[in-house]
Amino acid sequence: MSKVKVLGFWYSPFVARVKMALKMKGVEFEYVEENIRAKSELLLESNPIHKKVPVLIHDGKAIVETMIILEYIDQTWEGPPILPRDPYHRAMARFWVNFIDEKCLNTMLKACWRTGEEQEKWKEEAILNFQILENEIKGKKYFGGDEISVVDHAANFIAYWFPLISWGRMELVTEDQFPNLWRWSSHYCNHPFVKDNLPPMDVMIPKFKPA
Amino acid sequence: MAEVKVIGSWSSPYTRKVEMALKMKGVEYDYIEEDLKNKSPLLLQHNPIHKKVPVLLHNGKPIVESMVILEYIDEVWEGPAILPKDPYDRAMARFWVKFIDDKCIPPMWKACWSVGEEQEKLKEEAKQGLKFLENEIKGKKLFGGDNIGIVDHAANFIAYWFPITADFVGLQRLMTEEEFPNLYRWADDYCSHTFVKENLPDKDGYIAILKSRYRSIIIWHYLSLINYVTFLVRSPHAFPIYEYEFK
Repeated sequence: MSKVKVLGFWYSPFVARVKMALKMKGVEFEYVEENIRAKSELLLESNPIHKKVPVLIHDGKAIVETMIILEYIDQTWEGPPILPRDPYHRAMARFWVNFIDEKCLNTMLKACWRTGEEQEKWKEEAILNFQILENEIKGKKYFGGDEISVVDHAANFIAYWFPLISWGRMELVTEDQFPNLWRWSSHYCNHPFVKDNLPPMDVMIPKFKPA
Repeated sequence: MAEVKVIGSWSSPYTRKVEMALKMKGVEYDYIEEDLKNKSPLLLQHNPIHKKVPVLLHNGKPIVESMVILEYIDEVWEGPAILPKDPYDRAMARFWVKFIDDKCIPPMWKACWSVGEEQEKLKEEAKQGLKFLENEIKGKKLFGGDNIGIVDHAANFIAYWFPITADFVGLQRLMTEEEFPNLYRWADDYCSHTFVKENLPDKDGYIAILKSRYRSIIIWHYLSLINYVTFLVRSPHAFPIYEYEFK
């Protein structure tokens, strides 16, 4: 029986980050696909409070929440660092991951799924958040500099998932307004390691693109 | 010139936990009190995105967000550990910190400043979170075991600020001793810990700040009776007092 298991949904950007981190460290793991409408006993036991994926199970112990899992992976296994080694740069990475996960994702999804006046309000806020990211990525190939970092992976849904969800619903991250984010998205999605580990577009399109 | 500075707010639990962490490590620092109604260029320069306190300045470099700051302090300076060393225990500590920050504190704080049905809903939400914490603290002196750890710091609002605020606004039956005996015991242990006791804002001083904030609510209501009526029927999300400045 495998010592390391990941419980996830194939289409989740959060699960993708965990799988990529384990692969970066060369860790063999068993992947278990969960059904959002029929969550397994294992998932409910491992994450009784939030009942969400991803879950990492290592030697029978469950670790939950994507960034917490990534930090655990980084401390447990040798290999290329997931977070910067320098304390100040680590603090900056944690800051940006928080910003992306708590501010950007939240406002983006609300901008997509709400309607009317509320939608306009969330769109405005989402655009402000994108402007902050646009500023941060200026002059850099990746958020991590020359190399891909945990912050780039945190923003994976902006590069890959969001264009699909928002397609046909609205234009939020336009190339005119956000040329640097567009350029970064292209670098990120075409990075050889990332490209091999994103769910293929031919299965993503029917899942996410509006009819 | 000190190489470590803290920009903070005297009454803020988030500022206090940063100061406690620095003191635990024996780090000398300069403290700069921020007027949150009139934010200084220093704060705006060092936390341009969120414009909030606390901010730690170390050799001129800013670190923001209290939990990010605490992890930074733990990594940079020797001394008693703020987070556990074992990777799994660290992961569990981070889990509880996030849970307290996301699921417990917001509904507890908002319940203090809301009314009627909205308040009841927030109370229920807060209690759901507190039930998990109650279970977690069972059989332990502090969340960090025998010593104060990052989870105790994360929950400092629950131990000290919340009871005073709830009492002041007349909020009842959210965190009772009957329903949460272990959390009650922990709050008492935490607040009477020699180190914590010396580093909490005094109760009267905190109440004075609550009074001045409460006065602005009353004035706000009088100035706009229409707003007062709409406030009673609408969600208090539009209510300015909702947001707390520090994080």
